[in-house]
Amino acid sequence: MAEEKGTVEPMSIDVGRGTRTTDVRKVDRVVIRFAGDSGDGMQLTGDRFTSEAAAFGNDLATLPNFPAEIRAPQGTLPGVSSFQLHFADYDILTPGDRPDVLVAMNPAALKANIADLPAGGTLIVNTDEFTKRNLTKVGYAANPLEDESLAQYNVHQVAMATITRAALEPTGLSKKDAERAKNMFALGLLSWMYHRATEGTERFLREKFAKNPAIAEANILAFHTGWNYGETTESFAVTYEVAPAKLATGTYRQITGNTALAYGIVAAGQCSKLPVFLGTYPITPASDVLHELAKHKNFGVTTFQAEDEIAGIGAALGAAFGGALGVTSTSGPGIALKSETIGLAVMTEMPLIVLDVQRGGPSTGLPTKTEQADLLQAMFGRNGEAPVPIIAPRSPADCFDAALEATRIALTYRTPVLLLSDGYIANGSEPWMIPNVEDLPDLSVQFATEPNATDGSGEFWPYLRDPETLARPWAVPGTPGLEHRIGGLEKADKTGNISYDPDNHDKMVRLRQAKIDGITVADAEIDDPSGAARVLVLGWGSSYGPIGAACRRVRRLGMDVAHVHLRSLNPFPRNLGEVLARYDKVVIPEMNLGQLAMLIRAKYLVDAVSYTKVAGLPFKAEELQDVLIDFVKGLDAA
Amino acid sequence: MTAIDLGLPQLGGLAGVPTFEGKQTAKEYKTDQEVRWCPGCGDYAVLAAVQSFLPDLGLKRENIVFVSGIGCSSRFPYYMNTYGMHSIHGRAPAIATGLATSREDLSVWVVTGDGDALSIGGNHLIHALRRNVNLKILLFNNRIYGLTKGQYSPTSEEGKVTKSTPMGSLDHPFNPVSLALGAEASFVGRALDSDRKGLTEVLRAAAEHRGSALVEIYQNCPIFNDGAFDVLKESGEREERLVPLRHGEPIKFGAEGQHGVARDPKTGSLKVVEVAEVGEENLVVHDATLEDPSYAFALSRLGNHNLDHTVTGVFRNVQRATYDDLARHQVETAKAAKPADLAGLLRGKDTWTVLAD
Repeated sequence: MAEEKGTVEPMSIDVGRGTRTTDVRKVDRVVIRFAGDSGDGMQLTGDRFTSEAAAFGNDLATLPNFPAEIRAPQGTLPGVSSFQLHFADYDILTPGDRPDVLVAMNPAALKANIADLPAGGTLIVNTDEFTKRNLTKVGYAANPLEDESLAQYNVHQVAMATITRAALEPTGLSKKDAERAKNMFALGLLSWMYHRATEGTERFLREKFAKNPAIAEANILAFHTGWNYGETTESFAVTYEVAPAKLATGTYRQITGNTALAYGIVAAGQCSKLPVFLGTYPITPASDVLHELAKHKNFGVTTFQAEDEIAGIGAALGAAFGGALGVTSTSGPGIALKSETIGLAVMTEMPLIVLDVQRGGPSTGLPTKTEQADLLQAMFGRNGEAPVPIIAPRSPADCFDAALEATRIALTYRTPVLLLSDGYIANGSEPWMIPNVEDLPDLSVQFATEPNATDGSGEFWPYLRDPETLARPWAVPGTPGLEHRIGGLEKADKTGNISYDPDNHDKMVRLRQAKIDGITVADAEIDDPSGAARVLVLGWGSSYGPIGAACRRVRRLGMDVAHVHLRSLNPFPRNLGEVLARYDKVVIPEMNLGQLAMLIRAKYLVDAVSYTKVAGLPFKAEELQDVLIDFVKGLDAA
Repeated sequence: MTAIDLGLPQLGGLAGVPTFEGKQTAKEYKTDQEVRWCPGCGDYAVLAAVQSFLPDLGLKRENIVFVSGIGCSSRFPYYMNTYGMHSIHGRAPAIATGLATSREDLSVWVVTGDGDALSIGGNHLIHALRRNVNLKILLFNNRIYGLTKGQYSPTSEEGKVTKSTPMGSLDHPFNPVSLALGAEASFVGRALDSDRKGLTEVLRAAAEHRGSALVEIYQNCPIFNDGAFDVLKESGEREERLVPLRHGEPIKFGAEGQHGVARDPKTGSLKVVEVAEVGEENLVVHDATLEDPSYAFALSRLGNHNLDHTVTGVFRNVQRATYDDLARHQVETAKAAKPADLAGLLRGKDTWTVLAD
């Protein structure tokens, strides 16, 4: 893994020679944050810039950050929506701690984001919104554009709405409609600053507004107006080039975690040759999985938007009983509702994929913010001894592989599997090396076709287990001679008949546990370039990027640190205990109050130290770097 | 009707389910499991009726599935030698919806009770009915919680004294037939556990109906609510109370057919009349196929929970596109329109290639 080249300083600058009057500087990485009102189209603007960066071949990572309200009161702090994009000419792991460039569309966006902009950073402000009323609304006593409070930044004041409105006057659009295109003006200006191609955005706008070509052309005009504004005004003395990244050889696309998850499910259906049945209920931030899968019925995917979370998973389990790949998608509150059905799937030992895109909790919590606090719910959140395998993707693109892995486990071991994504990787995006379809795993399933009783009775025993995997046979309705009944009552070993026998129950509880404990998962891989680390940082899920970036920083400062990132949280990799024992100190950063740490301490009797933050935002690499340095130095001093 | 008329052919309820060549018997539908309902339970009669009527359908036994929830009646699948799932409380319609939608070749039956279907599972029931999933839902109504030993249920009459309501129940009960019609169920029927013939007729009509069918079965619980429906079974009483429905025939009842059902010009609804007073020609001729559910609803309101006028038979039996047929049609349409090109999907529109140095 490459060291993180970038520094905490805004940019490493290498002055080049441009053909324009402006200087062209080559930089290796840039972090841009677009911030505005929720109605300002900041997510779209960020998305488009991301697509431009992807098309250009930069490595990238994004962090959308928006309120739960669709339209919070206009111009207020709660209504601020932002999109941060980190793009670079080398492989990066996070969307960046702090922006180099902040685009603030109104006073609320400025106030909510300015503290993150380092001194010397570039600030581009839409001055039209800086009215007395708007300033008062967010508690600015004086206009910050007119006093010295922004002196430490490189400020560009642009009347975006006015200029856009004037440019769009010939189109005959109303003033209000014309002003709405100001986000495209901002995108055009940034695209000029960073030498981005314009064709992709033009094509995108024509497709998006295909039914209303006048709006499409108006947006394209606004986009060009922004571009030309940069080109012709003299206020921007410098433009920047970020070269394509030297990623591993292959063909890439940009992908968000939720899209990758949906594609993983489509691929799982193809690899298993099973029809896919998604039973689900809309919930933030998981709904996009439903939206995406609903588009792909041609792959034999049925999507069922149920009356509630319980019906969603119930229908998925019913479809699984019928021989489909049953999938349900939700977030933490939905898992709470689905728990009883997950227990039924444990008892009936049927394959089922449960996708949990975690968000801030408890209860409704922070619907649009990220958190990793459903781990113990996934692990233990059912009545009785009800073990369930848990898989956690580490990045947006990894969601694809994680979906395939969850499917492999569900089908091989006949068990529900919980996949823990979260809001950060669900909405964030990064380049994804597109896999060769031929290289995807074979997940094909053998349904039971014959009676299997070992007592010569010629009966079918639905709970006679495969000696290796302990999986029971999957006999689907329509198979003659294998008629059988399953359900939530305790089953007799082998025959599957109802049994209240005490010894049988004890045995079945242990068998179900042994089946999950025995699942084969990949060994934990240690990232420890020097091999001399005494501190191990252990993470899971979406903290991979920030932890990885923090480790690179620590190593660049000449210290050693090892990183292990868990994909399988139940069961843990076989070698994990032995790996943990090699280090003097194990640090576990989590966006919860120490849930993995609790499991690790309980299972391995390791004195792991928890570092936790539950702020609804991913860790910053800088923050984790400081934590890790303290531990490394602490050990060295001891 | 549907907003988009897909021109799907009108199918029977069992279309697509493979048939069995040869003779089946009720015995083949029995399992080796000991039936564990209490002696005298009405469930025995329903089980016997189902086991003896299913062979007449001539389906492959392996293509029949019984899904149940929780409660005494929900043990039903264990006694049926078909595929079956004894699931969790209230959720059987949801589970069966997934199964029926993904498998056209199955005849899917839901067995549920008044607590299971109308209390904890009320949401799933109404949504299965409004979607018109091709499910046959047998609602065993004994007006009591039996398996938890005698608490009032959502169909218990007001003031009912039970373990959980020592001073009498305060709840106003559901009329399951009215509820199903309110959810625009395309098939709604009612029968008595003790009336093998009437029950079998309703079950057969339900099986042949394509779409959700709700069959309410008044079922006696001899332990916790014994005799709840005795007035519908006692000679002298039953003739005065039971109002049997026959499609295409005037609605008449009473030992001599002296009572009938006619339109009430004052309310526009239905009322019980004396045939001699109004004349036979003014009786309502039962038509279960009326599109407007308000007629069937009016029938369901003729009597109240005192069982004074209890209508039995098929209230409503109308054709409406089923959710599962439409869902499969969408998948098939999409498959026909676009090949399943996984590589193309994964590649998407905007890609870039990093070449080796």
